[in-house]
Amino acid sequence: MNAIEFTNATYRYPGDDAPVLNSLSFSIRQGSFSVVLGRNGSGKSTAAKLINALILPNEGNVVVLGKDTVRAADGDLLFEIRKSAGMVFQNPDNQQIASIVEDDVVFGPENVGMPREEIAERIAFALEATGTEQFRHAQVSRLSGGQKQRVAIAGVLALRPEIVILDESTSMLDPKGRREVLDVIRKLQKEHGITVIDITHYMDEATDADEAFVLRNGELAFAGTPKELFARTDLLRACGLELPRAAELAKKLNENGVPVGDGILTTEELTEKLCELLQTD
Amino acid sequence: MRIVADGLTFTYNRKTKFAKKALDDVTLTIREGSFFGIIGHTGSGKSTFIQHLNGLIPVESGTLTVGDLDLSKGKKTDKKGLRALRAKIGMVFQYPEYQLFATTVYEDVAFGYHNFFPEKSKEEERAAVFAALRTVGLDDSVADKSPFDLSGGQKRRVAIAGVLVSDPEVLVLDEPVAGLDPAGKNELMALLHRIHDGGKKTVVVVSHDMDDVAENCDALAVFSEGRVVMTGTPEEVFSRRKELEELRLDVPVTRKIADALAEKGLGNAFPLRSDDFVRKVAQLYRGKRV
Repeated sequence: MNAIEFTNATYRYPGDDAPVLNSLSFSIRQGSFSVVLGRNGSGKSTAAKLINALILPNEGNVVVLGKDTVRAADGDLLFEIRKSAGMVFQNPDNQQIASIVEDDVVFGPENVGMPREEIAERIAFALEATGTEQFRHAQVSRLSGGQKQRVAIAGVLALRPEIVILDESTSMLDPKGRREVLDVIRKLQKEHGITVIDITHYMDEATDADEAFVLRNGELAFAGTPKELFARTDLLRACGLELPRAAELAKKLNENGVPVGDGILTTEELTEKLCELLQTD
Repeated sequence: MRIVADGLTFTYNRKTKFAKKALDDVTLTIREGSFFGIIGHTGSGKSTFIQHLNGLIPVESGTLTVGDLDLSKGKKTDKKGLRALRAKIGMVFQYPEYQLFATTVYEDVAFGYHNFFPEKSKEEERAAVFAALRTVGLDDSVADKSPFDLSGGQKRRVAIAGVLVSDPEVLVLDEPVAGLDPAGKNELMALLHRIHDGGKKTVVVVSHDMDDVAENCDALAVFSEGRVVMTGTPEEVFSRRKELEELRLDVPVTRKIADALAEKGLGNAFPLRSDDFVRKVAQLYRGKRV
């Protein structure tokens, strides 16, 4: 089943002639981990806002968990969609409302009038899943960037979303912070069946995704596996993308007479291949 | 311009209960003409340090000299001296495009020039603005556009042009590629190399990307808890992988592979830069086959 379905969805910002998204059609499977790639201004964040029903398509449809966002807007169901598709943004410093971690996580559920017992259970789950229990009573301002983003994810999880969208949520973090956030979202997808959509400029984040989507000038330029995507160097160039680090290195090795072969995307894969090639038997 | 910090210490909110030591006895030399990288986890003191370099944060204790200007406490740096310093040390903050404000690209870039050199003529201003725009790879037709109509990467380059317009000798950039797409990032790195021009200018970058600093920098300083805990060439710094990982940092891909190969006895002394690394591996591979 699909968690998200775009059918010829077009969106233009009020007053603009040219659409930011032009007749976009694609679908994302429930429980999958997808990455969305593309240049700044290619329409990635706009697509995310359409999923979250923060904006509605001018033409075409966006269906989220079986609900059409335009029809939901007429029938007052927007809130349901927003609850089920949570978003985490770029800057770790402007997504918290309360000064204490726990208060921040509880804000969402209290706001939607969730029953008390259920809140307690949700908070426990959200803190556990993001590994933030140990700073439950800490001040948000004392946390590192990676910890703050995990608290932001916890805040989203507290509302029981079925979809979590990360809009460049790791771009301001140090390496350890990025790792922490990526580990958490991977766990959410694998262990809790949450559909995760990661909008990112880091090609390394795309290597183990189930599916990669590339936007260019508001249109879908590619949908497929990361392996298929990174085999198409012409497409990457045209869309302003690059190879993941290890793949770039593998390409250079191939060009310099070290036959590591095609399809290497990660450091682990490349290491293994090189060990094999350099082993003296 | 050479930058020398000795025992630099700084505390935010000093004498209050929110006091936080941001720099603790920082001793560091940045050689003239260096392409210098500063790495460290969030909150390690990197940004506080670079804000000292052009006098945005006055020296509280310790000494700091930039070129022949002494910024140490007690040294009189009058307004004129500070202005001259800021024209020579160009500072590009995180997400500098958020600071664009004028209605046209030209006005935005000219603003900095006029501030530093109010006595200069309109013709000189024009020449400096267009030179700066060309340096960042924007053609003259962009000058009359609103900066807000440009792409993310272009906006950032306009912001950098606004700093380059005073022809600084040192360019300091706080995470210059954060949030840029790969193509924008590569263009910006190429731009920094053009500005550096083999050592004609000093470039200092704060970065979270270990592969980037390994490829681009000739010297590094690692900050942690307000202290400088390592300095050296990228090769020297990234050979201390365990310590770096304890500091919430990481090492470049080439280093990770080199470690794995060395552990298996398949070679040692692998270079860090990817082109050199590839050459070395190719050599080993050929050697194995003959």
